[in-house]
Amino acid sequence: MGTLIDKLNNLNKEHADIISTVEFNYSGDLLATGDKGGRVVIFQREQENKGRAHSRGEYNVYSTFQSHEPEFDYLKSLEIEEKINKIRWLPQQNAAHFLLSTNDKTIKLWKISERDKRAEGYNLKDEDGRLRDPFRITALRVPILKPMDLMVEASPRRIFANAHTYHINSISVNSDHETYLSADDLRINLWHLEITDRSFNIVDIKPANMEELTEVITAAEFHPHQCNVFVYSSSKGTIRLCDMRSSALCDRHAKFFEEPEDPSSRSFFSEIISSISDVKFSHSGRYMMTRDYLSVKVWDLNMEGRPVETHQVHEYLRSKLCSLYENDCIFDKFECCWNGSDSAIMTGSYNNFFRMFDRNTRRDVTLEASRENSKPRASLKPRKVCTGGKRKKDEISVDSLDFNKKILHTAWHPMESIIAVAATNNLYIFQDKIN
Amino acid sequence: MLSKGLKRKREEEEKEALSVDSWWLDQSHPAVPQTPPAVASSSLFDLSVLKLHHSLRQSEPDLRHLVLVVNTLRRIQASMEPTTALPPVPMPPTAPSVADSLLASSDAGLSASMASLLEDLNHIEDLNQVPQPQADEGPPGRSIGGVPPNLGALDLLGPATGCLLDDGLEGLFEDIDTSMYDSELWVPASEGLKPGPENGPAKEETPELDEAELNYLMDVLVGTQALERPPGPGR
Repeated sequence: MGTLIDKLNNLNKEHADIISTVEFNYSGDLLATGDKGGRVVIFQREQENKGRAHSRGEYNVYSTFQSHEPEFDYLKSLEIEEKINKIRWLPQQNAAHFLLSTNDKTIKLWKISERDKRAEGYNLKDEDGRLRDPFRITALRVPILKPMDLMVEASPRRIFANAHTYHINSISVNSDHETYLSADDLRINLWHLEITDRSFNIVDIKPANMEELTEVITAAEFHPHQCNVFVYSSSKGTIRLCDMRSSALCDRHAKFFEEPEDPSSRSFFSEIISSISDVKFSHSGRYMMTRDYLSVKVWDLNMEGRPVETHQVHEYLRSKLCSLYENDCIFDKFECCWNGSDSAIMTGSYNNFFRMFDRNTRRDVTLEASRENSKPRASLKPRKVCTGGKRKKDEISVDSLDFNKKILHTAWHPMESIIAVAATNNLYIFQDKIN
Repeated sequence: MLSKGLKRKREEEEKEALSVDSWWLDQSHPAVPQTPPAVASSSLFDLSVLKLHHSLRQSEPDLRHLVLVVNTLRRIQASMEPTTALPPVPMPPTAPSVADSLLASSDAGLSASMASLLEDLNHIEDLNQVPQPQADEGPPGRSIGGVPPNLGALDLLGPATGCLLDDGLEGLFEDIDTSMYDSELWVPASEGLKPGPENGPAKEETPELDEAELNYLMDVLVGTQALERPPGPGR
């Protein structure tokens, strides 16, 4: 993306709660967000309308529903958070839209459908809905369909519960469109979308003796084309690729990806910053990308020894690791995403900054998602963090960064140059319009 | 380096931790000031233990956070241990009950693992065995101990000496108010550090000390207890 973003479509949706996940559907016409309060808000892109020049491409609220409620586990005396950890869309097969949303313990399949007609002229009830006395009916009529204001309904179609002892961190729909996986800290389960009363455990890294626990699963994803292949990442910075054809239980990986530690940068925090917070296959299926605390790495699936690309997100934080450990920021889990053509990648940082890397030109840019610094339809100004020496005008020094303003969740439209950036409880949508 | 048992404010500790940031990166870097590694490690160690306690106090600990903190703590512990290894503290049989009381709602496996982690902590805390001057009050979750007395202990336990303390440690703290040490919980450091026999009757004594001490520490951190006598064994 060599061109500057010169048109800003700024959508500040004031969620009462913090946004915890953002996801475009397969066409990019719908954008779903989940929040800490268990709500899902879906935005829809406006259709092109010649009458209104700038209306094309604006996202407006399409549907809002409460996906998960806080629950209480009576057996363990624990409250289960309603926060939505992940949303994944299913490919569209008919007029309705389907998505999976999950909190720590339960996955739900939601159907979102439109209703723009209603029936009138019932025989057994009158227009108010009151039942008529059947003995008073002297003639029969056929109800007719009349148009009505568009109503979007969300209904839960499946509830996949009681399969995870630990906290679910990932869900991923398989390319067969029939199955999906869910991963928690120690296990990965395979589900069939039609079957809710059982799932198949395919990865289990729980040690027989919990005293030996040193590593947890942090993310998992199915390959975009090969329905038998999936990957999962760990807190030790490793990625395992598994083939479900080789054995029923995929505890033994087919491939193991790990970059050897650089001895010159070894510290007490080496393991924590190597912990992978997100893993995403490229659309092509040839590469995968991992996000650890300080960098984004692109891996060729055919090369396990090291990544083919490493992009530094905020290397200036390396000298601040102790403070970041103290305030727990070092445990923040940033996500990453590819653009539609796999030529660019994006991830978030602190101070409401997010970073984009062009893999072809090797250029990168830091942008800020904030109302103060941008007006609607204005271009975004690249930001720069001053790492030492004299601070130039418009630069921000590392010590002035606001570590409470973190951009953990970003999404990229599957085909166009449109991105969605979640900054705490605000959602920003940016478009690249070339006039 | 040793003060009169002055309570070191938490902010000051934080500042010291921040000021030696560069130590975490590369201890062989020539530009880094040549203060003993034990100084920085001690603050980082305390911080990590605090995080571990905080994590364990959650009704459902974040497993990733817990595992990362424990692994980091192990790294710090490994860097702090003297070359002549101290004898391992025998696993107190009642330790699982300590873990259970903290993690009432976790599954047994998790409790057992936490017990083991706490056993590790036992081992670590024995290394740092110094009467804790802060024990009487302070905000809940305060980090363990003022730094200066610990520094003294660590220095004396350094690899150069290799031997454990007898009267040396007690003598150092003569001018510290020891009224809180009157409870039998606080056995003078020298006794606690002497290698106990692996088996035999003395084993009962050591676990009681460890468990009661750990109980006390936990309770103070949780902030539910002021100073009081620890419960007897078999709790």
